[in-house]
Amino acid sequence: MTRKGYEGVAVAVPVTVPYVRYSIRAAHWWLARCFSEILKSAGLKKDAIDGLSVSSFTLAPDTAIGLTQHLGVSPRWLDHVPLGGASGVVALRRAARAVQAGDADIVACIAGDTNHVDSFRLTLANFSQYGAGGPNASFAFLTAYYMRVYGATREDFGKLCVAQRANALEYPHALFKKPLTLEEYLSARPIAEPLHLFDCVMPCAGAEGFLVLGEERAKTLGVAFASLIGTIERHNAFASDPVQMRAGWALDREELYAQAGAGPGDMDFVQTYDDYPVISLMQLEDLGFCGKGEAPAFVRRHSFTHNGSFPLNTSGGQLSVGQAGAAGGFLGMVEALRQLTGQAQARQVKDAKLGLVSGFGMINFDRGLGCGAAILRC
Amino acid sequence: MLEKPKRKNPVLRTRLPTLPPAARSRVALGLTAAAALGRFELQQCRDCAMVQYPPREACQQCLSVHLPWRPQPGEGELLSSTVLHHSNDLFFRERLPWRLGLVHLDSGPTVVAHLHGGVPPAPARVRVAARLDRAGQAVLVALPEKETSSMADDRQLREFTCDPRLRKVLVTDGKTATGQALVQALAAAGAELIWVGYAEPWKKFPGFDELNRVSQATLLPLDVTDSKNVRELAAEIGGKVDIVVNNAEHHRAFGISNRSGVEAARAEMDVNYFGLLRLAQEFGPAMRLRGADGLANAVAWVNVLSIYALANFPPHGTAAHSLAQCLRAEMRPAGVRVVNVFPGPIDDEWNQLVPPPKLAAVALANAIVGALRDGIEDVYPGDVAQEWLARWRDNPKALERELS
Repeated sequence: MTRKGYEGVAVAVPVTVPYVRYSIRAAHWWLARCFSEILKSAGLKKDAIDGLSVSSFTLAPDTAIGLTQHLGVSPRWLDHVPLGGASGVVALRRAARAVQAGDADIVACIAGDTNHVDSFRLTLANFSQYGAGGPNASFAFLTAYYMRVYGATREDFGKLCVAQRANALEYPHALFKKPLTLEEYLSARPIAEPLHLFDCVMPCAGAEGFLVLGEERAKTLGVAFASLIGTIERHNAFASDPVQMRAGWALDREELYAQAGAGPGDMDFVQTYDDYPVISLMQLEDLGFCGKGEAPAFVRRHSFTHNGSFPLNTSGGQLSVGQAGAAGGFLGMVEALRQLTGQAQARQVKDAKLGLVSGFGMINFDRGLGCGAAILRC
Repeated sequence: MLEKPKRKNPVLRTRLPTLPPAARSRVALGLTAAAALGRFELQQCRDCAMVQYPPREACQQCLSVHLPWRPQPGEGELLSSTVLHHSNDLFFRERLPWRLGLVHLDSGPTVVAHLHGGVPPAPARVRVAARLDRAGQAVLVALPEKETSSMADDRQLREFTCDPRLRKVLVTDGKTATGQALVQALAAAGAELIWVGYAEPWKKFPGFDELNRVSQATLLPLDVTDSKNVRELAAEIGGKVDIVVNNAEHHRAFGISNRSGVEAARAEMDVNYFGLLRLAQEFGPAMRLRGADGLANAVAWVNVLSIYALANFPPHGTAAHSLAQCLRAEMRPAGVRVVNVFPGPIDDEWNQLVPPPKLAAVALANAIVGALRDGIEDVYPGDVAQEWLARWRDNPKALERELS
């Protein structure tokens, strides 16, 4: 059975609560600020929001439902999306269906995490028995394997990191504010070989959010919006692959582009999930921008700045903005909305009409489990 | 190449005990239970035979919940490796850089393992084994495909084992055949110094001269029933001992109605239970502080018990076993490995009426050295002990009847 389309779904009001490296506040503080910023930007009272979607790691042991009491809201539709880097796409997909079905008129999708000085260590303590390397070690395995099998070099990964930093310099909320050269990238200290310092995201505190609502409602409200024209989600794909060199995008991309009535070549920009550069290369392949194993050549062929030949992670990506927990899964979505609604200021991609956002989440000891993608049009 | 540890400088920092991450789910402790015996076992589905990793509650393929633990050959291919130069964990921060590998086992699953320095870059054939780490929990290690002579010297591997090489060992009783075999085996294994205790030093005992000819051995008067003697010896050498092997034993025919009074039982308890207690109280605290000492590396305590402990015979044996378990629980937070050895009847004069097969003292000693080298926590040396263990695992009540 063909699935129904996403006609009539508008995505609007991209909001970022400026990141900080460390915060003494709880996740609630970040989520509340995100929610109130959405209301302010949209000119809405909180009672107008009848759907709420929450993504957060550090909200625990509190819950999304606990947060409704904390925020004093009474939604008739509530979702909790604990999917890390896939949460932005997944939250949007579910909210879109709720709006289409009339279960909610306006859904606020919010993601936020705090980061205390000791948070990351405590998270990792339950993550890995092996050197407590956490995701650094897991992605080191994938990167080393990818380099060996497909001939990628550190310069290839470095090129992405350097281009993203150039993008970040035009994004006021990026935590990294100094230019990065390839020489600096290559000479950085090793963290988990072959990964070096600039291959690894920096954990921080922050929040991101947006609204999902009907297009007519968005017009009435007078908010600029993008339309959702295609989206996919897949978990634990290719489970029998001994090492993860592909994820669920490869299974579902045909359907994604069929829904959108557009192909990879039509995209004006792409926002990948980029906690480590190797996973961006994998997304470019699995989403059909090049063949499997061809991403190194693709990287050598393109520039990835907002004004370059293949605008990628135009706000700098997590590698240059910071990874605010679950909000990292929202970063690309919020940036895509800014690009498509003409709010990207100095980093605006010229004539951006069509953009692809990809998410990847919940890496365990050897692979990331969840992925998703969405195509938005203005 | 392993070098002799330098003398400790008391002015410099003493590395205090830290442990690697110890949290495990209950089902994951199956890996630990096998590793304690030196085995590498994974769950294998009873219904579809799929090998599972990490340990699971249901089969990933057919959803069966019948997932018995089965021995694994451990052969596989190294797909990828990394060297950690950073860790947020205190234990590993002290031990960086640290090498890890991603291994595709021939039996199906992909695992993360601590990677031995002798394994070449990927792709390479490796042999995966389970070891107890300093927290006493099972971890996987990927070893070179073929055994090499200096394999045990690997810096990372030595964090999981208590190889006697270049270590200082106390053997509490040098007067028995077992004690003398232990000294020979430890010397052959490269122990740097072996203190050998012997009670009643005014009496010369058989084997005394042979012991004195072992260049690493130093004989010391030690009577584990004498609290003052134990305390004084601990004050003298307690801060230097890396491995204690308590083999002191008072062994007589046991029973209740075939002997009168409590004197024999009291003598048994005084050596087998209180002797261990005295040693633990006097030597334990210093060893707990040394659990992380870079010079000591892995500190261990070996208790020679008896296979009869499986069926709670005899009372002094059960008391010693129970105390050894308590000692293990107290030593584990300090990263000190407590190895309990459960031999069947040893081929010595006090087992004159026990028919063969009996365990040769040399075989027992080699099993103990092997257990230290392989990081094994519960040792059942010899055919008799292995058979009784299998019987006990099959049906503990049946073993009780068979032994009584």
